[in-house]
Amino acid sequence: MSNAAVAVRGVGKRFGETEALTDVSFEARHGELFGLVGPDGAGKTTLFRVLTTFLLPDAGSATVLGLDVVRDLWAIRARVGYMPGRFSLYGDLTVAENLSFFASVFGTTIEEGYDLIAPIYRQIESFSGRRADALSGGMKQKLALSCALVHRPDILFLDEPTTGVDAVSRSEFWDQLHTLRESGLTIVVSTPYMDEAMRCDRVALMQGGRILEIDPPGEIGSRYPLPLVAVTGADRYRLLLSLRKAPHAHAVYPFGSELHYTDNRAGLDPGEVASELRDYARGQGFGDVEITAIAAGIEDSFMELMPAPVQRAS
Amino acid sequence: MTEPAIAVRDLTRRFGGFTAVDSISFDVAPGEVFGFLGANGAGKTTAIRMLIGLLAPTSGEARVAGFDVVKQTEQIRHQIGYMSQRFSLYEDLTVLENIALYGGIYGLGAEQIAERSSAMLQSLGLADDLVGRLPLGRKQKLAFSVALLHEPAVVFLDEPTGGVDPITRRQFWELIYAAAEGGTTVFVTTHYMDEAEYCDRISIMVDGRIVTLGTPQELKSKWDVPTIDALFVKLARPA
Repeated sequence: MSNAAVAVRGVGKRFGETEALTDVSFEARHGELFGLVGPDGAGKTTLFRVLTTFLLPDAGSATVLGLDVVRDLWAIRARVGYMPGRFSLYGDLTVAENLSFFASVFGTTIEEGYDLIAPIYRQIESFSGRRADALSGGMKQKLALSCALVHRPDILFLDEPTTGVDAVSRSEFWDQLHTLRESGLTIVVSTPYMDEAMRCDRVALMQGGRILEIDPPGEIGSRYPLPLVAVTGADRYRLLLSLRKAPHAHAVYPFGSELHYTDNRAGLDPGEVASELRDYARGQGFGDVEITAIAAGIEDSFMELMPAPVQRAS
Repeated sequence: MTEPAIAVRDLTRRFGGFTAVDSISFDVAPGEVFGFLGANGAGKTTAIRMLIGLLAPTSGEARVAGFDVVKQTEQIRHQIGYMSQRFSLYEDLTVLENIALYGGIYGLGAEQIAERSSAMLQSLGLADDLVGRLPLGRKQKLAFSVALLHEPAVVFLDEPTGGVDPITRRQFWELIYAAAEGGTTVFVTTHYMDEAEYCDRISIMVDGRIVTLGTPQELKSKWDVPTIDALFVKLARPA
């Protein structure tokens, strides 16, 4: 028996012609904040639905808290908290009614779960008589999280809790997840925002139904296989097009105010790449460029790991 | 002096006692990529709905492509394109059927539609599949091209890259640059702060008001922050 909080082995799931999950395997440890990071269509929601016993896998097996997702579904359901990506609340019930409904489904009361949800629920408690429909996006999110927690689950599954939420609210939400993790709760959370990977203990990068890599977020960039430099200069769009034509260009993409240039010669000193590229840019009429060697971030790594067909720039 | 593509003066919208948009003023130049940023609930969507002629302002005025957003909504609709993450194309129609539908709505002739359809399929590398079967990234690129089908002067993009993979997100911005090079004015909202750095100028809206506006470089030095992300965190939630 595995003592992992979640153990997934070779899980596959197909919908008609679409292979939603292909040979997915990973383990999340007890007390870990584990992230599934990837764009829409990566298979994150399908994986959550398998793990929360709402979908049967076509292949492979998975356990949650040591319980099999197919055989032990009722035991699992009592012990997990699940916040689906789409709005999970009843819009025509009030804030308090939603919370007591979710408590009663699990045979408990708001009072019994109160100390656990208090840090989150207190922020919306003054609106307890308001219909859930009339809440702002951030408030709905806090209520949905409270509802997923009210029965004191041993593990929490959060499917894209921050999608469509502004950068400040997203950061506050992650602060709350860290507080919950301190209490010993295992949390599996998905997100399409690559920067949020940094807030997880470990992340699985997902794309097209497959896991590309699993690592602590700080280590993902260190596996980047090629020399990488950041370029800044005027007339960015033309500079970008020009750098793509450099003799050893592997990939060139905009990153905020910079361009990231990956050279196709593995093992070459990035300083050398920078000086070579500076000469090239000057030759193309870009005199004022600034080029520095940099460490790869999550997004650099994700793009490098993405399967080839999508990799052709338009 | 050329006339601005978008000219907004003291534009205000109240809902009962709540002021969603509070006397905002700005100009956007033709061919400019303008990033319209703000936290959820700051008033961005209300402002955009007024600019595309779907919602009447309580006071103030705005002109888009030279037309008044209150009195000339019909002319404005011919001059603007619009796409959002939520509503763009009909999923149960094919790519060509969608193009023909929107071409017809915008009053293009059969010949123009045929010409632009085949050019579009080719440049996006698409076959004529059901739109519902396309991956999100391709759908969003197609939606953008369809929003440009009638060659509008101004295109409004409301969170066009939400949930899209990082490569497609960047390819999408290259389509934006290409449109801007061709003279189209692009008015865009996003929650990805790195994308804010790709805009010629940006504004940040807080509680219905525009609290700062300028090029990303100007704003970073004015507020003494390393990135637009840091600026957003500093401004979007006044303590």
